[in-house]
Amino acid sequence: MSRFVPNGPEQREKMFRAIGLEKFEDLLEPVPEKFRLKENLQIPEPLSEFELTLEFEEFARRNTGADLTCFMGAGAYDHFIPAAVDHILLRSEFYTAYTPYQAEVSQGTLQAIFEYQTMIARLTGMEMANACMYDGASAAAEACLMAMRITRKQRVLVAGSLNPRWLDVIRTYLRKEDFEISEIPFLEDGTLDLETAGNLIEGGTAAVLTQYPNYFGLIEDLQPVAELIHECKGLFIVAADPVALPLLRSPGDAGADIVVGEGQSMGIPMSFGGPCVGFMAARTKLARKMPGRIIGRTTDRAGQTGYVLTLQTREQHIRRNKATSNICSNQALMALANTVYLSLMGERGFREISSQCYHKSHYLEKKLLEIHGVSRVFENTPFFREFVISFPVSSIELRDRMIEHGILAGLPVVELEEGAMLITATEKRTRDEIDRYVRAATDICGGGTS
Amino acid sequence: MKTVFELSSPGRMGVSLPELDVPAASEIPAFLSREGEGTTGLPEATEGQILRHYVNLSTMNHHVDKGMYPLGSCTMKYNPKLHEDLARIRGLSGIHPLVPSALAAGSLELMYRLGEFLCEITGFKGVSLQPAAGAQGEFCGIMLIKSYHESRGEPHRNEVLMPDSAHGTNPATSTLADCVVVGVESNEYGLVDPEDLRRKAGPNTALFMLTNPNTLGLFESRIEELTSIVHEAGGLNYMDGANMNALLGIAKPGEMGFDVCHLNLHKTFSTPHGGGGPGSGPVACSDELARFLPDPVVILDDDGSFRLRRKQDSFGRLLAFHGNTGVLYKAYAYIRTLGAEGLREVSENALINANYLKAKLGEYFDNPFDNGPCMHEFVLSGDRQAKQGVKTLDIAKRLLDYGFHAPTVYFPLIVHEAMMIEPTETESLEDLDSFVEAMVSIAGEAVEKPYLVTDAPVNTPVLRLDEVKAVKDLCIVEPVKEGGNP
Repeated sequence: MSRFVPNGPEQREKMFRAIGLEKFEDLLEPVPEKFRLKENLQIPEPLSEFELTLEFEEFARRNTGADLTCFMGAGAYDHFIPAAVDHILLRSEFYTAYTPYQAEVSQGTLQAIFEYQTMIARLTGMEMANACMYDGASAAAEACLMAMRITRKQRVLVAGSLNPRWLDVIRTYLRKEDFEISEIPFLEDGTLDLETAGNLIEGGTAAVLTQYPNYFGLIEDLQPVAELIHECKGLFIVAADPVALPLLRSPGDAGADIVVGEGQSMGIPMSFGGPCVGFMAARTKLARKMPGRIIGRTTDRAGQTGYVLTLQTREQHIRRNKATSNICSNQALMALANTVYLSLMGERGFREISSQCYHKSHYLEKKLLEIHGVSRVFENTPFFREFVISFPVSSIELRDRMIEHGILAGLPVVELEEGAMLITATEKRTRDEIDRYVRAATDICGGGTS
Repeated sequence: MKTVFELSSPGRMGVSLPELDVPAASEIPAFLSREGEGTTGLPEATEGQILRHYVNLSTMNHHVDKGMYPLGSCTMKYNPKLHEDLARIRGLSGIHPLVPSALAAGSLELMYRLGEFLCEITGFKGVSLQPAAGAQGEFCGIMLIKSYHESRGEPHRNEVLMPDSAHGTNPATSTLADCVVVGVESNEYGLVDPEDLRRKAGPNTALFMLTNPNTLGLFESRIEELTSIVHEAGGLNYMDGANMNALLGIAKPGEMGFDVCHLNLHKTFSTPHGGGGPGSGPVACSDELARFLPDPVVILDDDGSFRLRRKQDSFGRLLAFHGNTGVLYKAYAYIRTLGAEGLREVSENALINANYLKAKLGEYFDNPFDNGPCMHEFVLSGDRQAKQGVKTLDIAKRLLDYGFHAPTVYFPLIVHEAMMIEPTETESLEDLDSFVEAMVSIAGEAVEKPYLVTDAPVNTPVLRLDEVKAVKDLCIVEPVKEGGNP
């Protein structure tokens, strides 16, 4: 008997008697004989808790990438996580609960997610937010589908400066007969080509989606794009980095109709890519067309305040093939991580995190540009905590050699230039670590500074 | 309870952060900055205040570690504590998803081996660990099948056949995948009617989507006939693996004529539900479909190293990265803890527990499809009580007063006043008996003191909540008070 199954031979005997059963196999009567497995599965012998721990420690040891000082971003970021976050996530009350369908015994989850919705709406400058999506990329894809439903138009324009993995996900979700996705190119300075955008946007355009800051870390003025798409009665979708939002003009203020993004940066470890959590915020008038769960405030029979899942007629378990999305399980516990993280950080703390990311990545960029032969790929465009520079050596080679120095230098973006690297410095990177990066890169690039 | 925003007072902080240790750069140009918009409206409170707030909130939740959760089709089993710790080992949790494969050899090997286990359990050859949840697994499965038909010059096949007892995600996913739903009727035994399936399968059939055991907890005994009908019509068979907890080591979908299935690691493989996620919905499939799997898959290269690779004919990508890896770690730990015999023991006990409850409750509630043993769950009808003015919803709410979570109610749609009960294998005989006692007691109350049931719940943190009001007076964010934060 495993340590998870409490009923052994003694209990079985009693239960068989109650069922009127002679042996277990009688319960398999509905399963045709030919499909009943005659032999054990080919699964290795069980491990004890202790042995399993050793095996996991060995797996962890072989993840040598976790020991490197991380300057890689591109959608997943190494941020500081206050200890208190995990103490809340490890409350059995939260992590072993189900989806809050029985509201009277789920007020903890429901109120926490109501608070999450509020925080996301405020950060993005929007009126409301849903209870979360799988990740930023799938949230962006769902936002495109939502815009198409609302506008009854079938063409979406996506900025060419969007994270390419996100674009892949959008293409997958929009692979339908009449749907069309086009890319708006970016200019030499990395910003959106507004003239081409103006030509591409027409009456049949459901939405334009841009990333803010974009994949290369660049901060662009959203308002001109908002104006272009609104003139044609389409919607403006912004994929925003939440960590940038305490410093940047909010997408809502700049004219966004739907704002999506990835919440991993707010209290969730990178964990080799998941679980992440996507957020989606919108104007209230669009709430009824939104995918995913939404928590609403109400009262109980005695007039006390309480929370329930609301606008459920949008959802798959009620509306079936007419639902706004097929999403059922989302990433609720990760949304809770965001909520606790943002509460701990608060107004000033989150602004400080945002600001340190900004200054540290600028310090790193400035120092790297002093190396002989290193240049900016996008001149004169403001950036947030991520930037692209070009090294005089192949960026793949540089990345590999930096690993020997204990540094994960960034993501090579050879589609731009052979030496191009997408680099990030979060608030966690100390001046000492940044200086080490610069010294190692200087050596690899031939030792000179200009 | 007050919201976290109401704890706020200017100047409080819940973290301590180091001073900026590099020279400051010039500020962001004003027209791009948030200046002038006011604050972000995040609360300002101390670590202790915030902990107390969320701990107090948590105490208002029912959860598996507190009591039984007989939610049909949800498989609310015990979540092993060790697995939470393992997934948090720094080498596994602290690694960036885009490091070169050689630097993530541990995670990749674990994922590869988990994929192999899932193939062995389901009888399939190919697997994707990417889908974030069951519904995304369904989407993945339909996309595989659509790619297959397209590759054979039959892109017009867009009909998804499914029984009227299907989970809501099945039809919703079909729409998402640009397909149309064709309903197939169930017969008087609660099983798919092969004749109706035969009538509806044809040249436009993309696939037949079936949960097996089905949502009544019944094994589709004529499964071979069903899957053959679809194959003969040129379609493929998809198994919704939500109910796989009934079949571990007992039978394999891959041997019953299915071409692809998804699994819910947050059901069958004990990873926690987290109050609604994260789940994980890996998809296993036949060799023929494997070439279309989403980007990336984990492969074992000729040189013995594990890598991420995009299959040449991949239909695309479902998430930015490789899946809910942290959840995969826990499912791997579960399978390694149990081994082959332990997995079989899980399903055997899931079946015994369900049949025990069915036998014990049969006298007190109607069971419209009681034609022999059920698998891991069963569906009762509250019709008898409804006639006396006590609805299934009332019974569900009254169970909360007794310290149990409610069953899944009003599903499947083919049963009136449905109560779908799945105890799982981790409930002891003693706990099952307590549940029976509660249900029997409520059945008695429904006759003698029905107000006790219709007024329920009364022992919960709040009384029955007004869902109509929540829709009518929509309030989904805390309003900002005049002059700043609340």
